[in-house]
Amino acid sequence: MSSAIYTRRRITNAVAMVLSSIATVIGLVFLAWILWVTVSNGISALNLKLFTRITAYGADGGLSNAIVGSLGMDLLALLICAPIGVLAGTYLAEYAATSRLGATIRFLNDILLSAPSIVLGLFVYVIVVVPMSNVTHGAVSFSGVAGAIALALIGLPVIVRTTDEMLQLVPGSLREAALSLGIPQWKLTVQVLMRAATSGILTGVLLALARLAGETAPLLFTAFGNNFMTYSPLSKTASVPVAIYQYTNDPNPALHAIAWAGALLITLFVLALSLLTRLFFSRKKVSHD
Amino acid sequence: MTDLTSVATPAGATATRSKIRVRNLNFFYHDFHALKGIDMDIPEKRVTAIIGPSGCGKSTLLRVFNRIYAMYPKLRAEGSVELDGENVLDPGYAMNRLRIKVGMVFQKPVPFPMTIYENVAYGIRHHQKLGRKKLDERVEEALRSAAIWGEVKDKLRHSALGLSGGQQQRLCIARCIALQPDVLLLDEPTSALDPIATSRIEQLIEELKRTYTIVIVTHNMQQAARVSDYTAFMYLGEMIEFGDTEMIFTKPEKKQTEDYITGRFG
Repeated sequence: MSSAIYTRRRITNAVAMVLSSIATVIGLVFLAWILWVTVSNGISALNLKLFTRITAYGADGGLSNAIVGSLGMDLLALLICAPIGVLAGTYLAEYAATSRLGATIRFLNDILLSAPSIVLGLFVYVIVVVPMSNVTHGAVSFSGVAGAIALALIGLPVIVRTTDEMLQLVPGSLREAALSLGIPQWKLTVQVLMRAATSGILTGVLLALARLAGETAPLLFTAFGNNFMTYSPLSKTASVPVAIYQYTNDPNPALHAIAWAGALLITLFVLALSLLTRLFFSRKKVSHD
Repeated sequence: MTDLTSVATPAGATATRSKIRVRNLNFFYHDFHALKGIDMDIPEKRVTAIIGPSGCGKSTLLRVFNRIYAMYPKLRAEGSVELDGENVLDPGYAMNRLRIKVGMVFQKPVPFPMTIYENVAYGIRHHQKLGRKKLDERVEEALRSAAIWGEVKDKLRHSALGLSGGQQQRLCIARCIALQPDVLLLDEPTSALDPIATSRIEQLIEELKRTYTIVIVTHNMQQAARVSDYTAFMYLGEMIEFGDTEMIFTKPEKKQTEDYITGRFG
């Protein structure tokens, strides 16, 4: 009788293992495929011109203005959403861990996390682009700042959530230990808990950067795009994702090649961020054991 | 207070004065009555152990002494806990003052994510402005008192997270001592440690009681018998018996105490 049970268990186990292995292979095959297609198509246009020439040259140009625009807007977006996100996450974990208000904010944050990015772009168009244009009588309308704000809305919920979760992972005994020494709550939060959760919080910030770096939709109605180099955050600004979007809609195969190279750049950027994130996590493990 | 029961003052404690007087202490977790009318006099510069089965309220009692329970919502203490004659449950009793006078060491060693030196200096710096040299002295003194100086003196700038469990726990004791408290509350301080680290902590308790009033909650009855002068036995939120450790372990007055100590329940 017992051997019948064991046979059945062995079969169930084998079936489960085969099914999950197949699922893993399917996932990995597509990932490798995407990487391969991006690399093989992008590598041919990955040359010096890509970094030195602006998009105004078209098929004979590069993406330099889009790269500068993307880096500038990503950085500005991070400067906006990282402090707000970390503080909001801290509020949730340390001051509203069990309150109803905290639960409500967490719920709304999750909605923001899954909101379609085009909606966020339209929202920023309505609350930033249009009023700016009205106030300046059209001198400033679409701008790098507006683009950065839209991207910040993409990154914000990611940072809020990871900060909240990472702080909640810090053992309660650490809080008790600090409070029992007479350390006040704010000092405990900033000097003990944040320090204990630094690598986790930083990971969240890097993940947010990786997430917003690849976004196209929020930029369409906010930064708009620009064929020339600009360093002014108040002018229309080019970005790599929007350039890719425009070039792929063009019949000229030379532009397609540049778009592939742009796609490869973003992929490598995100890959580098992920590796950096991994590095932080592995370091955390070493220091804690 | 004239209605002192025999439970309140341990027999033989007349030689020293009471550091903490607990009177009619009741404690509630939301609506669960966790401590029921506790009366207890804790003698100064002695080790008092609190024993009892899980959930009997011994840790809760300890956590009332420094009001650490107040960080959680819906917990409430009624009655009085007098430290040197002043009721610490009185809202007017400044938390800062209480936390300096009453230090606490927890079940699991919880060093801060800082260097060994900073772990000890952190608390001091919050309460006092000291010069560099004076601070160094205080840190060394605390580490020496916690019997860990020899092991860490060459790596004060290293992370405290790299120390062994036993070392971390002694560091946590040093961190408490550094504030120069009167009372040390030890909440099962060795339950996460191996036998060798445990015996080092027990030796340390033996030395520390010359300077501090120590209250230790422990699951380990042998430990209570080894380290304490007085032992309190609690059951279901009540103080069943409190007396000289030797008496409690050899001829307890109450049947429940005897049953617990001889391993018949708990």
